[in-house]
Amino acid sequence: MIDRRAFLTGTMGAAAAIAFPAVLRAQGNPVRIGFPLPLTGPFDWIAADQQKGAQLAMDVVNARGGVLGRKIEVLFRDDELKPAVGAQRTKELIENQHVEFIVGGLAAHVQMAINEQAKAAGKIFISISQSDEISAKPDSGPLTFHEALNPTITGRAVGAWAVKNVGKKFWIVYADYAWGKQNNAVFTDVVGKAGGTVLGATPYPLGKPEFSTHFPKILAAKPEVVLAAVPGNDAVAFMKQAISFGLKQQAQIVWPLHFLDLAKTVGIEAFADTYGGTSFYWELQDSIPEAKKYVDAFTKKFNRPPDSYSGYGYSGIMEVVRGIELAKSTNSDAVATALLNNPGYAHYKTKQWWRKCDRKGFQDLWIVKGRKQLKGEWGYFAMVAKVAADEALDRTCAEKGYA
Amino acid sequence: MLDVPFQALAAQAFTGLVLGGILVLLAIGLSLIFGLMAVVNFAHGSLYMLGAYFGFFILGLTDNFWAALLVAPILVGIVGLMIERFLMRPLYGRSPDDALLLTFGLSFVLIEGVKLVWGKMGLTFDPPKALAGAMNLGFMSFPAYRLFILAVTVVVLVALWLFLEKTNVGLIVRAGTRDPLMVRALGIDLGRVWWLVFGLGVAMAGLAGVLAGPLRGVYADMGLEMIIESFVVVVVGGMGSLPGAIVAGLLIGEVVSLTTFFAPKMAEIVVFMVMALVLLVRPSGLFGEAGLAE
Amino acid sequence: MPKALAPIVRWIAGHPVVSIVAFFVVFPFLMPYKSLATQVLVYGLFALGFNLLYGYTGLLSFGHAAYWGVGAYGTGIALAKLKLGSLWLAIAMGLASAVVAGALVGFFCLRRRGIYFAMLTLAFSQVFYFAAFHLADLTGGDDGLRGIPKLALGLFGYQVSVASPLAFYYFALAWVALAVAGLKRVLDSPFGAVLVAIRENSDRASACGYDVNRVKLVSFVLSALITGLAGSLDALRLTVVPVEALYWSTSGQPVIMTLLGGAGTFFGPFVGAATYLVLADRLSLVLEAWPLVIGAVFMGFVLFLPRGIWGTFLGGLGIR
Repeated sequence: MIDRRAFLTGTMGAAAAIAFPAVLRAQGNPVRIGFPLPLTGPFDWIAADQQKGAQLAMDVVNARGGVLGRKIEVLFRDDELKPAVGAQRTKELIENQHVEFIVGGLAAHVQMAINEQAKAAGKIFISISQSDEISAKPDSGPLTFHEALNPTITGRAVGAWAVKNVGKKFWIVYADYAWGKQNNAVFTDVVGKAGGTVLGATPYPLGKPEFSTHFPKILAAKPEVVLAAVPGNDAVAFMKQAISFGLKQQAQIVWPLHFLDLAKTVGIEAFADTYGGTSFYWELQDSIPEAKKYVDAFTKKFNRPPDSYSGYGYSGIMEVVRGIELAKSTNSDAVATALLNNPGYAHYKTKQWWRKCDRKGFQDLWIVKGRKQLKGEWGYFAMVAKVAADEALDRTCAEKGYA
Repeated sequence: MLDVPFQALAAQAFTGLVLGGILVLLAIGLSLIFGLMAVVNFAHGSLYMLGAYFGFFILGLTDNFWAALLVAPILVGIVGLMIERFLMRPLYGRSPDDALLLTFGLSFVLIEGVKLVWGKMGLTFDPPKALAGAMNLGFMSFPAYRLFILAVTVVVLVALWLFLEKTNVGLIVRAGTRDPLMVRALGIDLGRVWWLVFGLGVAMAGLAGVLAGPLRGVYADMGLEMIIESFVVVVVGGMGSLPGAIVAGLLIGEVVSLTTFFAPKMAEIVVFMVMALVLLVRPSGLFGEAGLAE
Repeated sequence: MPKALAPIVRWIAGHPVVSIVAFFVVFPFLMPYKSLATQVLVYGLFALGFNLLYGYTGLLSFGHAAYWGVGAYGTGIALAKLKLGSLWLAIAMGLASAVVAGALVGFFCLRRRGIYFAMLTLAFSQVFYFAAFHLADLTGGDDGLRGIPKLALGLFGYQVSVASPLAFYYFALAWVALAVAGLKRVLDSPFGAVLVAIRENSDRASACGYDVNRVKLVSFVLSALITGLAGSLDALRLTVVPVEALYWSTSGQPVIMTLLGGAGTFFGPFVGAATYLVLADRLSLVLEAWPLVIGAVFMGFVLFLPRGIWGTFLGGLGIR
């Protein structure tokens, strides 16, 4: 039976030990890169993927001797998918750990908060998740880089492809928050321009995956394609309910993004015959040598192939290192200038580059389709098409508020 | 707005009924516990989640959905008995907020515990083949599994009514809700009854969780989303009132369903607006005991 | 516990303003990094505001995030959208917004008691959240309010920069000292005595002839004011106001901190904030399931140390 005194001494002792830990510093003077990401919370499985990519990058760089004679050290911090926590962890990384660069972030609202702290401290921030605003004014600063795809690019690519190859009459189901709303806006625009029609759109509150109230209306409209801008766990619920209400049998379901880990969780039947975009799928190793190297190294280290977001984590770290090598300095301004003067790179797939006016990264993306039968342990998707990187897929810098 | 096809409206209304079913199961347990013990069980949502995880576990062991449906709520009920015995009993006689705060902390412990055991990613399990299809109801084709949930809810409510009205223990529960002092004065060990009622209320939450699993998947945060809605239902119905929990559960389910149809962006907030409206007009909820709230 | 400590602690408990200032002046140098100290200060203030209503008046609110968020948005919007050039005006706007929100919500919610009161406060704070979420042109919507400039403080004709972590810390400390001083004044007054009487037994206080409803409302508004100030400061601290600031999960934080530190005491909220935030900051580096530890510790406190760290400390020395 625990009594008061024991509880008190136990807790206080533990608290004291935790508040002032002996900080183990790596040998020498490593280049420290801060990496806030939602290791806990509804997208922790995507963050785990990002983290693995970054860890692999750290290994690869340090194995070849580091950069400018120094090793690199990536410090991961849990931002819990909350902007306030993300901001605080970034402050800790900057003030306490003296990181010189920040890479990371998942979900637009957290990226913004992280970005504000990085801007205030004059450090480069390479954002690695979807957001339309992060590369636009007024949020983007001269040191804000955006490695990942954003809803506009993904929407235009997948939307245009879907109208041409899947169907003309669309219904859009979207989560009522920034990512979902942006997808809705972009797809509506693209579908219309490509000659299709959007019959209707259904917003739903993020995290409340109860779609039964929507299906009667959707089924009555008889769409050919349903665009599901439904993220994470909500997607699982959506698929189950879509199947049970007969929607999957009636219409083709298209996702802005497909995730390998989600397919593995829900099972092959759920995503079978559904299309989605992706920045990277491991079967690209069959056609792209750089991808094969990446997938091999990843699989060797983690015993499983990478999902798409690990590439962002990997590439983000590699770009920081490349910038340091080019600038011969770890000063953020110098590194930023160096990267923009040498904007092309290809760390794990095909060629990518930074656009100078908004520091937006451009990359190829692919359309994949869920297989009906699982191929091997991880073959949930089949490659269908490639959409080449194109600055026309994103808004122009003028549209983003740059002069 | 009114030239909506009757079919679509009827379908939407029916869906709302089923939505309400799960809410009712949750709300009844909450209301029962509050009515008898004056305890606000903040961990109720996490116990609902626990039911879903237990259901997944048993299904994995036995490959039998009916076994999961039966055993998972019992397991959750046992967890409830342990919670009452070791965590809540020391708090009786203290400020009523203490039980609320304790269960608040407990909910996080349960959520994290579940993630440690089953991992962070959501899990899924499917309803049995027998319930996997859809039934033609005339005005719409409706998933059989959801009708099943409705049926289970009705059965549970009937069983509960029988228990409360026709058994001795039920009599003690009803009397204890009305006047605990008097019941004690008559020499009845109310503590035992509280213990059982807590376990029963919590078992119902577990049942709701197992039922919800095939609908929405199983993931650690599923309880957090339900707990606020369940509280709203209980408060609207009147804390401690079982008819209130039923009426309010169905009402809220319908309100959400119809709002989603006509004004989807309002669906999240309409629940709170209804609650605020009800409370401002009827201080103790629709069927609540007068005097408790002012 | 050494009895020699008792008179010192008694003095500290009786002179909260001086003690808080003295301690917090050196506090940033005790923390691993300055921004953590500022976070403790600001959240301590949040908990202090909540504590006025809960620990001193006996009313448990589930919706205190409302005033924290409204205060933050008030200041943030003043600087980012209305482009007011003065830090003072911006804070004033935050405070004014919080007071109005508090008066409005208090007016409606105080008509009910217990869990009904608590749920009504929750409902209102969710309405604020909903409004902030959807009025995206004004608030930035779910991406939060960004673009809050780091203005310098206009002080006696000089422009004093509060941009560096340490400078901002002392700026925040000045406000906290003001709030604590104000609170002490209030609690020492006859009004303060009525508050405690209401906490002990609201009906009896009413029977004694006090206008309980009016007193509760004033307490509610004061609580909103202090909480709003904390929110204001946080907006300046982060240069961003996340919409989650208004969500019900944020309302849980001052509850945890107040309980950990000690309800109904001056230092309790700050002790609780420091404990919770430092634990969260350090523990999350080591343990991914750290919320489990926090939850378990919290439960332990409810069971064994309901008076919180500071409250138990005071009790052990026989004070109050």
